[in-house]
Amino acid sequence: MNAGGVDDTTTFTGNRALMLEEPLIFEIGGSETTGVDFDEAAPAADLGALARSAPIGLPGLSESETVRHYTRLSRQNYAIDLGLFPLGSCTMKHNPRLNEKVARMPGFADVHPLQPQETVQGAYAVIHELAEWLITLTGMHSVAMSPKAGAHGELCGVLCIKAALEARGEDRRVILVPESAHGTNPATAAFAGFTVEDIPATGEGRVDLAALKARLGPDVAGVMITNPNTCGLFEREMKAISDAVHAAGGYVYCDGANFNAIVGRVRPGDLGVDAMHINLHKTFSTPHGGGGPGSGPVVLSEALAPFAPLPFVTREGDRFRLIEEENAGEDHPQTFGRMTAFHGQMGMFTRALAYILSHGADGLKQVAEDAVLNANYVLRSLEDVLDAPFAASGPCMHEALFSDRGLAEGFSTLDVAKGLIDEGYHPMTVFFPLVVHGAMLIEPTETESKAVLDQFIGALRSIALRAKNGDPALKSAPHFAPRARLDETLAARKPVLAWSEAEVGGS
Amino acid sequence: MRYLPLTSDDRAAMLAAVGAASIDDLFVDVPAEARLDGTIAGLPDHASELAVERHMAALARRNMAAGDGPFFLGAGAYRHHVPASVDHLIQRGEFLTAYTPYQPEIAQGTLQMLFEFQSQVARLLGTDVANASMYDGSTACWEAIVMARRVTRRSKALLSTGLHPHYRSVARTMANYTGDVLVDGDPALEAGTDWAALAAAVDKEVSCVVVQYPDILGRIDDMTALAGACQAAGALLIAVVTEPVALGLIKAPGEMGADIVVGEGQSIGVGLQFGGPYLGLFGCKAKYVRQMPGRLCGETADANGKRGFVLTLSTREQHIRREKATSNICTNSGLCALAFSIHMTLLGEAGLRQLAGINHGRAKVAAAEFAKVPGVSLLNGGFFNEFTLVLPKAARPVIHELAEKGILGGVSLGRLYPDNDALANGLVVAVTETVTEQDIAAFAAALKEVLA
Repeated sequence: MNAGGVDDTTTFTGNRALMLEEPLIFEIGGSETTGVDFDEAAPAADLGALARSAPIGLPGLSESETVRHYTRLSRQNYAIDLGLFPLGSCTMKHNPRLNEKVARMPGFADVHPLQPQETVQGAYAVIHELAEWLITLTGMHSVAMSPKAGAHGELCGVLCIKAALEARGEDRRVILVPESAHGTNPATAAFAGFTVEDIPATGEGRVDLAALKARLGPDVAGVMITNPNTCGLFEREMKAISDAVHAAGGYVYCDGANFNAIVGRVRPGDLGVDAMHINLHKTFSTPHGGGGPGSGPVVLSEALAPFAPLPFVTREGDRFRLIEEENAGEDHPQTFGRMTAFHGQMGMFTRALAYILSHGADGLKQVAEDAVLNANYVLRSLEDVLDAPFAASGPCMHEALFSDRGLAEGFSTLDVAKGLIDEGYHPMTVFFPLVVHGAMLIEPTETESKAVLDQFIGALRSIALRAKNGDPALKSAPHFAPRARLDETLAARKPVLAWSEAEVGGS
Repeated sequence: MRYLPLTSDDRAAMLAAVGAASIDDLFVDVPAEARLDGTIAGLPDHASELAVERHMAALARRNMAAGDGPFFLGAGAYRHHVPASVDHLIQRGEFLTAYTPYQPEIAQGTLQMLFEFQSQVARLLGTDVANASMYDGSTACWEAIVMARRVTRRSKALLSTGLHPHYRSVARTMANYTGDVLVDGDPALEAGTDWAALAAAVDKEVSCVVVQYPDILGRIDDMTALAGACQAAGALLIAVVTEPVALGLIKAPGEMGADIVVGEGQSIGVGLQFGGPYLGLFGCKAKYVRQMPGRLCGETADANGKRGFVLTLSTREQHIRREKATSNICTNSGLCALAFSIHMTLLGEAGLRQLAGINHGRAKVAAAEFAKVPGVSLLNGGFFNEFTLVLPKAARPVIHELAEKGILGGVSLGRLYPDNDALANGLVVAVTETVTEQDIAAFAAALKEVLA
């Protein structure tokens, strides 16, 4: 970069045509500026010593400036609406706009969670209808709707296991988790007070059944298995795993992050699962929103259903009733309690239900089939240029896993990822799962066309070859993004987590 | 299938390319007994956009929307007007359909927004730092208790009786399984808080004291003395704010010495949405930052020296630290944080103060009006925009009678504390800028009728 005058790489403003630099609101806003008009002045308050005296330090912008600020910021984001977002394990599929429209109907969006029950029958109906779909699609006994996200759902399932053991008068302290698990699994088990132990994987990228069986015993509360797993493979021995765990007195938790691969084709209930969360923001396409909100309902087996959290909705003829603290005593005495205020992610329920009704049973089955077909197409189209550690053992499910084996000295998965940015793609998931060195996990999802995949495959082929041949330009990618590689070490060593007047802004 | 781009020709060509005779060949690892050949019985097939919209609209019509008549519910979820530009901006695909910003070079929009959000929240709560959000206020409250356990290495928490009962339930549920000791109870129908008693009860065993401000009955109090007592005993003071608009007018908990301030940010930008998705706020003193749960966005520079933002201090988090993480939280409430931040930017300091002033002024007018209804008295001395009325009889049936008259008249303490008869006559009433003078008059008249 020429840091001096204006030439063919630099501009006076720092902008580059449609790539616009945007200051912080603290640098452009004013303490008296506002984008909201009120019909009246605020009367004088008499709050005495509790009244705020010092300025809060919140900047304001007019409405026109606000719209421009956030519109400019938005353009520095990659998103599904722009192109392929092949993050393994995250299921970044198209988010239909009908779902947004539905969620904004005043009868859903402008309703208070503590309204009298006779005034919110439609809200309970949505919860109940979605619950029925989830129960039927998974072949399970019941569902807890209140968990707020996948990890919160995991916590719900693990607490059900803990409550069930308590009801049996047993104190089992250990949860077994495969090496390839999402970090949330061990974190959840620990958060609920369990000790976590690893289960090794086979050379094929699946749970080592013999090692698992050898570890089972009276101190094991259960296992947390992801199926399809984070290597993109179906756990063939799932039923045998469940049977062995049950025989040893434990429970089977399934991380349902990858349910998209099997929805409509396989029911976890047929595999001996006791609890599984479903990420509505993955399989059922509620938008990820740059990191939430999600929603993580948990389907439960008959063995765990009595312990499900409050509140939940029951149907009595054409009326719906809420089971909460006051009536749980008679209807649901073994509940482990409440996980969150109110009823969970209603705004996600309406979106997910609209999505499910749009696809129907036939469409959801097609979703799984196209997701799996797309992933296999990527796997087979790239296995000659990228190392695919488990490709020889058969097809993958919804995602294709590659490693960094064979890249030139000094080149890593990170360089491949940053190269993809310049080609106009969001990178795949990198360095996860941990069972593979320099993992690259690609999940195309079912909402990508063959033409998009062909172009992506071409781009990734070219980058793989550059990384194998040691192209130095790849080491400094991305070259065309709003920012070059960012210094994460500096950010962690000298954390600047909030704006302060003393700070001197960047260039 | 309008969401599926593959044609049958594509599918055939792709199957051939991967060397599969049929799609079933790709599901070969699924054991035969678990494979479903047809579609699942009892479920309908796909439907048009029009049909789905019609179905959902019919369900929506079965609810009484807050805007359908006079509306006075609060108790942890508040109805405020959200400017149109907020919802427009959060629906931009670049925000709506982005993921967690793990690739910062192409996520500067989300990252800069989060940095601005963290800065706004920290200032509002009076803390040094704030994280990028939690699921909601109730889960943020529990996470704060866990964090206090980590910081102090003690596991006994004193919960104020003024804490929202759902927040208390969440904490009780978790404490049941983690071995934390909670000291809690129901509130008394009194004008004053239990904070002086809490200050007297703090000792060297206590990890934290949790107070709500304004509390479940709408009471506000100064926590400076309580913060001092906590500090002297080596315990942390956790303040919970369920109505952040209040902080436009009343002192921030951080200003009064709270170590951790958590809250529900739904009031600003998010809307009611029948209880979710909401927005957990989480701020604390700088010295505790490495013990915080959740994501943090920090400032840095890129290879060319340009300012940029990244997720940072992630060794606290589950994807790095696994079972040793400070929390298991992964997905949080990113889009709700964006809505909050946009609304807060539109308001600015001047707008927030005016909004808070209008809320407070209108609530005072309403409280005076309702206290004139025969048999009704006002519990609170001070309050912000929510107060408790004591009725001459149980409030719960009164709520249903008011609903029949088209008025959503608050939250009865009987609903919140069903097992406590001493609270049955209490009615918690919230009055925001969305409430008109006519609404206040209609509620007063209806209440008079119902109680007559």
